[in-house]
Amino acid sequence: MLLITCPYCQETLPEAEFVYAGEAHIARPEDPSQVSDEAWRDFLFIRTNPKGPHFERWRHLHGCGRFFNAVRDTVSDRFLTTYKAGEPKPDLATLTGEAK
Amino acid sequence: MTVVPHELVAGVLSETPDLSVSLMPLRGRFSLRLMPEGTDPAGEVLGFRLPTRIGARQAAGSREVVCLGPDEWLVVCDDADRAVIEQGVATLAASVPHALVDLSDRELTVMVSGSRATELLTLGWPRDPQSVAVGTARRTVFDGVTVVIWRDGETQWRLDVWRSFAPHVLDLLLTGCRELAAG
Repeated sequence: MLLITCPYCQETLPEAEFVYAGEAHIARPEDPSQVSDEAWRDFLFIRTNPKGPHFERWRHLHGCGRFFNAVRDTVSDRFLTTYKAGEPKPDLATLTGEAK
Repeated sequence: MTVVPHELVAGVLSETPDLSVSLMPLRGRFSLRLMPEGTDPAGEVLGFRLPTRIGARQAAGSREVVCLGPDEWLVVCDDADRAVIEQGVATLAASVPHALVDLSDRELTVMVSGSRATELLTLGWPRDPQSVAVGTARRTVFDGVTVVIWRDGETQWRLDVWRSFAPHVLDLLLTGCRELAAG
């Protein structure tokens, strides 16, 4: 079972308390009626689906109930970090140790 | 008036020298949600400081409160106290935006105690029981069901379970009791 750190509870807890909630940092267009069909389709359905570090949302459903963001490596399933919703994207190079 | 399935009568459900499971009498419960600025005025009305650390508890007389989330608290009280709390918190309506919801009809409380109580809980509880300190409480998951687990003593626990999930949780706990008793 994965162990996930909830940034609100400040505890590392079993995956069973959490639910996955899709890719993170996808901003809804400010004025949807001005967006082309293609751009709207991309907003709704097109995701990056990377092999490697993935920015994603999780919810501590059986706990504080909060949504938060995480960076998880989709190959190893290892969580690189978790951070509160609304905080800026962390620098990936620092997280993966490639910044040197 | 809370309607409970007929087999769920408050009282001892299973008792052995090292483990006891009992259903507690019904209590008043409220969900209180407000922004951090409102914790002080709300605490004044309720009679204790609202804890802000998730899992921390406060008590005053028969009233108890636990912080479940950054903006969410669970208040437990005597049945007779319900109207007092409702009216008290209502006085904040103009100054502190908040939501106070009476959950009394939603949940039942199961008390698990005895030297093997913690062992029994691990049956459906994926987290490490030692991560919940004595005198705190957490909302967590027990065999797929959301519960609030209160740790009152080293080997004394309380589980707040939604009424409709109670038969499932109690069945599991009582099966566990029989398993532990069988060695």
